[in-house]
Amino acid sequence: MQAPVNHIIGLTSIVRERLLPVSGNVLVRPNQKVTPNDVIAEARWAREHVLLDVARILNVSPNLADRLIRCKVDDRLAAGVEIAVGKGLFPRSVRTPREGRVVAVGGGQVLMEAGEAKMELRAGIPGTVIEVIASRGAVIQTAGALVQGVWGNGRIDSGLLVNLMEKTDSVLAVGKLDISLRGSILLSGMVKDAESLEAAADLPVRGLILSSIFPSLLQKAREMRYPIMVTDGFGALPMNSAAYKLLSTNAKREVTVNAEVFDRYSGARPEAIIPLPISSDPPAPREVETFAVGLQVRMRRPPHMGMIGSIVALKPGLSTLPSGLRAPAADVKLENNETVLAPLVNLEVVG
Amino acid sequence: MPSSLVDGNSLLAIDVGAANTRAVLFDVIEGEYRFVASGIAPTTAEAPFKDVAEGARNAIMNLQKILGKTLLDASRGLITPSQSNGSGVDALVVTLSAGPVIKTVIVGLLKDVSVESARRLTESTYTRIVDTIGLSDLRKPDQQIDSLLRLRPDLVVITGGTDGGASLSIQKLLEPIGLASFLLPEEKRPSVLFAGNEKLEEEVKSLVGSLATSLHFSPNVRPSLETEDIDPAERELARMVVNIRKRQMKGVDLLDLWSGGHMLPTAYATGRMVRFLAKVYSSKKGILSVDLGASGAVIAAGFNGKSTLKVLPQFGLGENLPSLLNHTTLEEILLWSSLDISPGVLRDYLYQKSLYPSTIAATREDLAMSQAVARQALYLAMQSARRDFPQNIASIKPNLTPLFEPILAGGGALSDASRPGHGLLLLLDSIQPVGVTTIIIDQNNLLPLLGSAASQNNILPVQVLESGAFLSVGTVVSPVVSASYGATILKAKLNYENGAEARVDLKYGSIETLPLASGETGKLTVQGLRGADIGFGPGRSGTIPVSGGALGVVFDGRGRPLELPSDAVRRRELIKKWNWTLGGE
Repeated sequence: MQAPVNHIIGLTSIVRERLLPVSGNVLVRPNQKVTPNDVIAEARWAREHVLLDVARILNVSPNLADRLIRCKVDDRLAAGVEIAVGKGLFPRSVRTPREGRVVAVGGGQVLMEAGEAKMELRAGIPGTVIEVIASRGAVIQTAGALVQGVWGNGRIDSGLLVNLMEKTDSVLAVGKLDISLRGSILLSGMVKDAESLEAAADLPVRGLILSSIFPSLLQKAREMRYPIMVTDGFGALPMNSAAYKLLSTNAKREVTVNAEVFDRYSGARPEAIIPLPISSDPPAPREVETFAVGLQVRMRRPPHMGMIGSIVALKPGLSTLPSGLRAPAADVKLENNETVLAPLVNLEVVG
Repeated sequence: MPSSLVDGNSLLAIDVGAANTRAVLFDVIEGEYRFVASGIAPTTAEAPFKDVAEGARNAIMNLQKILGKTLLDASRGLITPSQSNGSGVDALVVTLSAGPVIKTVIVGLLKDVSVESARRLTESTYTRIVDTIGLSDLRKPDQQIDSLLRLRPDLVVITGGTDGGASLSIQKLLEPIGLASFLLPEEKRPSVLFAGNEKLEEEVKSLVGSLATSLHFSPNVRPSLETEDIDPAERELARMVVNIRKRQMKGVDLLDLWSGGHMLPTAYATGRMVRFLAKVYSSKKGILSVDLGASGAVIAAGFNGKSTLKVLPQFGLGENLPSLLNHTTLEEILLWSSLDISPGVLRDYLYQKSLYPSTIAATREDLAMSQAVARQALYLAMQSARRDFPQNIASIKPNLTPLFEPILAGGGALSDASRPGHGLLLLLDSIQPVGVTTIIIDQNNLLPLLGSAASQNNILPVQVLESGAFLSVGTVVSPVVSASYGATILKAKLNYENGAEARVDLKYGSIETLPLASGETGKLTVQGLRGADIGFGPGRSGTIPVSGGALGVVFDGRGRPLELPSDAVRRRELIKKWNWTLGGE
């Protein structure tokens, strides 16, 4: 049976596509080295549109209005510019209500875009541009440690990784945050209160890596301007030992937290990347695995949720679970040497 | 051996669900079509596969192992037609419910007329209505354009104007759609369905035709103010959904090709089967099908020529689970739990389960939560669907569930019920049927596949339905009555075919059963007490033929609407007792 994979790897090749949501200009070229904060592409987009119904305002037919309209597509117009004048002794006129660009003219109407904004796409990870995607972005490759999470608040930043966790079930509390942590990315366990998130914003930090978060804090977490990545889930869950070991042993290194919103269809996941020096390219992570004896797995549902173990036997046919349900299952030896029966659908391969 | 009524074509049916993909083989055995076996594999719509054909091939491979028969060639292509060496199949049908919810904008004139018809049409498939544009919309056209650009809908459904009626108003409503489509990148433009005033087709083509990804027309859903005819538009919409999925997910086009262009959205195929059954049964009562799975709840009902199909992604047990709390509370869900679970633990469960929709309950506490959530989701889905049931349908009280015979149930939620009794209690709690009805569990989720197969082979669904491929749980008697707990509300006598008889005195608040095995029939005489009504009238008695099932004849004396005790300890004890009565633990 095919197995879902969650990457927690000490050294691997990491290739990431970074794309603008709309067409724009790409500012990098192939083989260019980039840092996480480098702008690799930019785009301009209109926040609002203004539709001027010239025919209605001048009280003429759409065909006649088209002949009276003086502007054309792509004209950039200031506010108050006259774009059409009616006929007669005291003709009415139509003026632009705001500054903007004409995007369509026809049917007696003029459509303008207004409130132009600039959007910048940053590299997100340090590495080398291996491909440029015209008008949209680039593909960047790096090598280092990779830890994927289950929830992200959509932000991205880089900084020095500081470990505030004494053990896997540590809790982030306001008292742990002081000015020395400004500009750092904090490995900080579970969060149970909004005050801790706000205190981190006040420092400010460059990011939080959490084991779990209370569902009631998700909205607050989305509002934070620094990235927040959750490794294990919701409620009061300890960090899985594989992620904890990897992250805590890499403290004091530069880390990038790309807290992308999890999208099961595109494959976007929140992740932390720690670039490491290499002499040759390490292998890329395996995206597809099949359940087999010896594989390292993480339990995704109770009991033992979040615990890491290895498959010691795949059970034939269907096994009866404590809940009474019957499903294909495996014996999993946990890190505490306990061997437990787990349905395969509740496992994911770690590696 | 009976002579064959059919020409012996084998048919492979594939259902690509949100969590799992199933491959089911139907073939002729002893002269009649039978469900032979099914293979299952995880759906591969999501990363890293992003190709639904991969999951379909895996499901077929698993089916091959069960059958000992080859269906795929060396390059994993489907062998069709069947070969002299026994490999391959003669035909293939595919149903599909996997994929992200389809963001839809509905456009109509009057809020209670065409906009309402557009809503009903749109809710017949896997959509979420993200915006509504109508005459009562106070926004300016440019604000509507900005909204459309921000929302980026996959689909726009336009209704409005009776045939030969309003045209200018509709044209005004179409302008923002055309302009927004013009401003969107080509690959992001929506598909458009026009199901309004038929005289406007040319106008619609000129306003949005060149700007939409695809423009489709169907007969007017509201040919006159008094008449609503959604069925032809539902058919067109079903095909559009398949085309939208082709753009969204790799592999859909290949499976559609394999099926000769017969791929259908799973819900539409279910609705088609329910319409077919309603015609076959042609009873005064309606026919109900409920399906609760990861992608949503699907409620299909047929009533003597009329039908209702509702797809409710907001009540799905997958990635949408946290949004269930927009429609209910943690406390309301926990009313259904047999174990003492805190609201906080349930909240964490909903969020965690949404991360991993395909996971199952391994502990008793997890199962109690998943079953409680399923009950509340299906209950809310039924309440929502009931609002769109036709008027003047058979019922005991207008505010209760109408009379149905039979009720068919399927989906992942019922697969999670470890025993038939667990599944039955879930259905009794959430659907709250009244009167006398047969409950059938579609344990292999065959109903949509039969609906899809009907397009290629109209004998197959009838023969498979009659073959026992579905699990009849039994006949359920649910009196409508209000009484005090423990009061006798119904006396019943079951006469078996062998001359034996069994009796039950049903007390208010309890569930009782009388054994009647699958395939057996009997005569049930019922005397309602204290005004209890099972469809004969309050307090009246009657005798009816009943058929057996896994749990025989079940008497649900808990009253309608079902009101659970407010005392938590007593409530949990009762839930355990009801479960135990129906063969659970």
